[in-house]
Amino acid sequence: MSRTLTSGNEAVARGAWEAGVAVGVGYPGTPSTEVLENLVRYEGVRCEWAPNEKVAAEVAAGASMAGKRALVTMKHVGLNVAADPLYTQAYAGVRGGLVYLVADDPGMHSSQNEQDTRNHAAAAKVPLLEPSDSDEARRFTRVAFEISEKHDIPVIVRTTTRISHGKSLTAAEDPETLVTRSYVKEPDKWVMIPGHARARRRLLDGRLAGLAAYANDCDLNRMELRDPSLGIVCSGVVYQYVREALPEASVLKLGMPYPFPSDLVLDFNSRVERVAVIEELDPYLTSRVKALGVELVEHGLPSIGELSPRMIAEAFGETPLDQREAFNDLPPRPPLLCPGCPHRGVFWALDRMKAVVTGDIGCYTLGALPPLQAMDSCICMGASVGMAHGMEIAAGTDRPLVAVIGDSTFAHSGITGLLHMVYNGGHGTVVVLDNRTTAMTGHQGNPVSGRTIAGDPAPELDLEALGVALGAATVRVVDPQDLEATLAVLREETAAEHVSVVAAKAPCALLIGPTELRYAVDDELCSKCGACVRLGCPAISKEPSGIASIDVSVCVGCGQCVQVCRYDAIAETGPACDIGGGAS
Amino acid sequence: MSTVTTVVLAGVGGQGTILAGDVLAKVAVAEGFDVKLSEVHGMAQRGGSVDTIVRFGEEVFAPVIDLGVAEHLIAFELLEAARKIPYLAPGGRLVVNTRTIQPLPVLTGVFPPPVGLVPALEYEGAIFLDAEALACEAGSPRSANIVLMGAASVGLPFSAETWRSVIERRVPAKTVEANLRAFELGREACEGGACSS
Repeated sequence: MSRTLTSGNEAVARGAWEAGVAVGVGYPGTPSTEVLENLVRYEGVRCEWAPNEKVAAEVAAGASMAGKRALVTMKHVGLNVAADPLYTQAYAGVRGGLVYLVADDPGMHSSQNEQDTRNHAAAAKVPLLEPSDSDEARRFTRVAFEISEKHDIPVIVRTTTRISHGKSLTAAEDPETLVTRSYVKEPDKWVMIPGHARARRRLLDGRLAGLAAYANDCDLNRMELRDPSLGIVCSGVVYQYVREALPEASVLKLGMPYPFPSDLVLDFNSRVERVAVIEELDPYLTSRVKALGVELVEHGLPSIGELSPRMIAEAFGETPLDQREAFNDLPPRPPLLCPGCPHRGVFWALDRMKAVVTGDIGCYTLGALPPLQAMDSCICMGASVGMAHGMEIAAGTDRPLVAVIGDSTFAHSGITGLLHMVYNGGHGTVVVLDNRTTAMTGHQGNPVSGRTIAGDPAPELDLEALGVALGAATVRVVDPQDLEATLAVLREETAAEHVSVVAAKAPCALLIGPTELRYAVDDELCSKCGACVRLGCPAISKEPSGIASIDVSVCVGCGQCVQVCRYDAIAETGPACDIGGGAS
Repeated sequence: MSTVTTVVLAGVGGQGTILAGDVLAKVAVAEGFDVKLSEVHGMAQRGGSVDTIVRFGEEVFAPVIDLGVAEHLIAFELLEAARKIPYLAPGGRLVVNTRTIQPLPVLTGVFPPPVGLVPALEYEGAIFLDAEALACEAGSPRSANIVLMGAASVGLPFSAETWRSVIERRVPAKTVEANLRAFELGREACEGGACSS
């Protein structure tokens, strides 16, 4: 069978397609996003971006009730949003197979926390599968649908960043031929009123017992007996680290860590002299193995961040490798807002106003970093709006107070915050940064941008009409590339004693690409005031003399710097170089 | 055990490390190796410090590595070469693009620009080349990543033919010629000694 180099996310999509999935739905979130972006390329699968993970899970639930197999995708924190449907779906069960792909982010490469989805699975009482490479991601996704239908329960496939965005050789199989299931009215299964739910809760325990029996002897969980002096219990990508670090050790690889295969663990324990559990994040396996009375080898590996082969090797006695010395005092390279980013105009204005800014999740969170530093909070999707209101009613500040939220994040969970603000007589100012896309995760369409995952046009959410309908006293539309106009509107609206929505509309700089214009600083006119440098544009630097300088190869010609220069020292110039052919 | 070779591609978000890593990994696959690749998407890509790890051999387990493990470090930028050098094993091969992209703390004057990187990297055995200049010569300034893969190819056990066929399939159709030229220029620069250490 030919095998191709495939990312975990591509492989999950392939596995879902092979399983005959009919519906794929999710909300973009690193590192899960590319699953749906790949699934939509398969014929015959209806894929949709949802406004948030809860809606996505509910759409998938409906597809399951209709008898079709459905995949719902999200990052780890998205499962908090979708937890409400999931926890009760465990009671109701499924008709068509229902699989949640949840991607965790140990090390927080692109996340605000590193919660461990294995805990959610146990708390929600739904089985969880954990692949260790791309081919397992494909096969486990396929098996997850079978388990879901056979045991009448939603199943979580949990990946981590190194699985989702790692690539390895992956096989491909033909899709299954499914027996068509159709909708059947079953109110005692699907209508979770207390009387029905109590019965389903008892049935759930029976289904979990059946799943535990399956976990004890399915091939998802695998014992690899080598040197009997040390046995390692592990799951997910950690299995690969263990195989590299301790090639002689016996291994119990748990591809299905919930329900926990207790009998299998006890069997493994009886075949090796000492047992250690190695896992990333929470001591999920550790606490369960310990609860069986197994005495564990202590190794001191951390429960924060990612593990690695050498960390494991050294925890088990290997001497550290010779290393080259790190260079001292290197300047850090934090991520930054792109040249021409429209968010910069809003943050420039908020910085000028010395506003207190409750922020949200997206590229614009980078506005919190120097030199703009124009953001005071970022907790979770949609939090900016409620937090601004909380600050207001607690009289938290005398300074202007503004909530800043992206277009996709506003649709995700900002709308209800605004409703709360209006309902409770607040006076907040909510700035919706409408850059026509979900930029941070790689430019997905959303209800505000009016483009579906398949690239088809969709109705654009009318932010102005929505603001009015929710009861905002004013809804203002500004072009954030016009800095003074943006500042003026924000000053007026933060001073006003009413709820206002300011829609800052300008497309993401990466969507429109560079303009034809380029700018340069006139050394004679530059007063060294640093106003342009404080925009935090990667094209603008401060020379040792204090004079500003613009790198024309980085400049995209947005003209923001021209607007902040009070000395007319920035003017148009020619293109970067005449290489011919232009950007490829 | 150590039949696995590890290559780290280090650069700045937006420089094309992801595509270059994909090309390298596919070349290794085409030559019959087991391959794993790891990279990080998302926030770090917005102009931040990024790296792609490609590992190939008879059987590869971990997609990630630790400091002191890589046999090859291909740095797309001078400062990132310095930042990521602890990844490189003693005796490892270091290819460095001489281009500098100053990070924001330097641009805004908060942090002094690093000095003496070239001699320090030279001491570490660096092979330098100006990938942007060669990319321009090849006809597409965006092909600097493929210039660097050409330079890297000299130290890797794959045939030039395999490299060329993977590049042809992997880059946008209208840039195939420029990218093939970019590959040759990077390769020649190293073979011809212009970027010898």
